[in-house]
This record gives sequence, structure tokens and C-alpha cells, in this order.
Amino acid sequence: MTAAKQSEPSEIELLLPWYAAGTLDARESQQVEAALANDPELAARYEWVRAELAQETHVSEAAGEPSGRDVKALFAKIDALPAQKSRSSIDLGARIAEFLASLSPRTLAWSAMAAALAIMLQAGFLAGIMLKEKSVGGYETASAPANVSGEGSYVLLRFQPQATAADVANFLEANRLTVVGGPSAGGLYRVRVAPTKLAKADLTRMVSTLQDNKVVGFIAVTE
Amino acid sequence: MPTTSDEVLIARIAKSDRLAMEELYGRYRVPVYRFVLRMVRNPTIAEDLNSDVFLDVWRQAGTFEGRSAVSTWIFSIARFKALNALQRRPMEELDDEKAGAIEDQADDPEIALAKKDKAAVLRACLLKLSAEHREIVNLVYYQHKSVEEVAGIVGIPEATVKTRMFYARKKLSELLTEQGIERGWP
Repeated sequence: MTAAKQSEPSEIELLLPWYAAGTLDARESQQVEAALANDPELAARYEWVRAELAQETHVSEAAGEPSGRDVKALFAKIDALPAQKSRSSIDLGARIAEFLASLSPRTLAWSAMAAALAIMLQAGFLAGIMLKEKSVGGYETASAPANVSGEGSYVLLRFQPQATAADVANFLEANRLTVVGGPSAGGLYRVRVAPTKLAKADLTRMVSTLQDNKVVGFIAVTE
Repeated sequence: MPTTSDEVLIARIAKSDRLAMEELYGRYRVPVYRFVLRMVRNPTIAEDLNSDVFLDVWRQAGTFEGRSAVSTWIFSIARFKALNALQRRPMEELDDEKAGAIEDQADDPEIALAKKDKAAVLRACLLKLSAEHREIVNLVYYQHKSVEEVAGIVGIPEATVKTRMFYARKKLSELLTEQGIERGWP
């Protein structure tokens, strides 16, 4: 029975937004992946979830950044406060140890650390790519990814945490993709997939093909 | 170069370390601003609230106990400030909602043009969600907060987080239907 015939959403359907955002744990992600593979109707609905994520990202980034007035206002307010002595009541080491211990069992902590390290390595690698392209005159706005625009067709893309730098490099080269910005808070990169504005059907087809690559965790069309 | 953890920065801020404050502020300034702006829909108010949020961080760093992640703590402060601001100007919020409804029915040239572009219609509908729904949609889709983190920020059980997100999406679906885009359920 497909989800559409149910009176209430299934647990899997409830998890789709977090699956798209890449914030589920491995077990839940596998459950969602299996459900998507076996339920075409659910998979069709997931396309809407991906579109929602892409457009919420667009809306949020289009909002821009604070003008700079906020920085002055904040530190003026801090300066206006009476001087404060050390306000930390608990030993830092103990607090951090307690904090880490409260998060998860040791094995989970290690796997989370490994995933974080992989993402950091990817980010470092991709930052290197952007800097290299900037240095040869390719991109002037690598430090301001939210504002990169102009000619071309773009997607938002998050790589799988387990993808190595070599995997990512091969994927980008094989598909002639250029990382022009990111990562955002959720590890999303803005990637140029074509130097010209592709027809919507062509872009959708391209996204569908790229989505099947093992290094891709999330991909959606953006402007 | 290794990045200093948020927890270490908070401990330093608790000792009135201004450099640590600058680093933490640089880290969260934009995401928190965008979250607050999605709630209050006014850039000037959002900017004022942003500095108020981090002033609270400066003042309360010594009381932070590490029961949640630092980012969860900061976003929960931001949410509280934004909701207070919305309560102080309920008529403006109401006016915004009414304006949205009027646009729906009038189908002015801008909306008519937007109907040609599904993405543009979706963006317009995202902007028309209630504050409660805008909040959760932004936290999940843009801030990439897990179910557990959203529960910590909003102060509701994890099961409620999932159903609230579902109903936000259902409302979005209704708004899309009003604009002539039928996507089924939700």
C-alpha cells in the first residue's frame, strides 16, 4: 500500500525533509532510501521535498546579510556593560567531557567524528579548487557564494560524507562541473553544471543523472 | 588550521574574552540573522534582534551547561527574541498575512507571471506560511537542524517536530493549490 492511501503520514514520509537535508542518522537514512526505491509515489513526493529545500535555501540566501550595523551595535552594547569577572562556574575540561558524554555512546561519537573529518577534508579540498580557479581568473566571488550568479545553469549539491577527495574530483571532472560557492551550513555547494542557461527539461534530466552518482548525497536545481 | 569548538569559545566568552566573542559571532551572525528575518520579515528589526541575541550569549555564557549544542542554545535564544518581537507587533504580522491572502485572490500580474515558474510560486508560498511554520521549515531545510536539534530549539517533543513539519508542508501544498499547482497529498 502506498503512502497516499493512508489516512496519516507514515513515519518514513515524516522523515523525508530531514533525509533531504542530510540530517538523519545512517539507520534512518537507509530506511528512507529503501522506501524510496520501493514506492514510486513516495519518490515522486520526495521530489517536492527537494524542491522545497532548494527554494527555502533560495529565499534565505536572497535575504542577504546584516549590514554591518549589527556588529557595531553588539560591541557597543558589550562595551556599555559593567566589566565582568570570570563567569564560568565549571571547569572547562569537565564540561566538555560531560557534554561529549551526553551526546552518544563512544562508538557513535567516533563515527560522528569520522564523518565530520570526512566533511572537513571535502570542504578543504573544494575550497582549494575554488581558490585555484579564482587565482587563474575563473571566479572572483568564491568568498561570497550566496551571491554567485550570472550566465550558466546551477545546482545545489551535497556530497556523501564517505566520498573521498579523489571521488569528488573525478566526479566533477567527468561531468564538467564547477564548484562556485559553499559550503552552506548544511554542507551544500553551489555547482555550475553548464556555462549556459539550459532548458528546464535538459537541466532536470542532467540532475536526474547526477543524482544516481554514488558521491551525491543531495542535488536540486537552483538559480 | 584546527577550528576552535563552539564549546571552547563559550567557555572563553564566559571569561569575557572579546576575541572569542568575535569568532563565535562571525560563525553564527549570518545564519541567525536569516533565521530571525524569516520569522519577523523586517531586516531592520532582524538586525537589531541579532545583536540582542549575541548580547545575551555574552551575558549568559557562564550559565551555559552544555546540555545541548551551542548552536541549539543560540537558535533557541534567537527564536525567543523573534517571537517576542512578533508579539509586540501583532497587527503588522496580521497585515502581512492579510496582504498575502488578498494577493492570492486578486491574482495580480506578478502572481500571474510567477505561475509560469513553479519555483517562483513555491518561493512565494514559503513566504506566506505562518510564523510557526516558517520557523520549522527554515530550521529543517536551511539551517539543517536534526529532529532532535529542532526539538531543543523550539521546546517541543521530537514527535511533534515531525508532525509540525508535515503540517507546514501540508499548508504549503494548500497554498500551491490556490495558485493552481496541484501536487497531491500533502
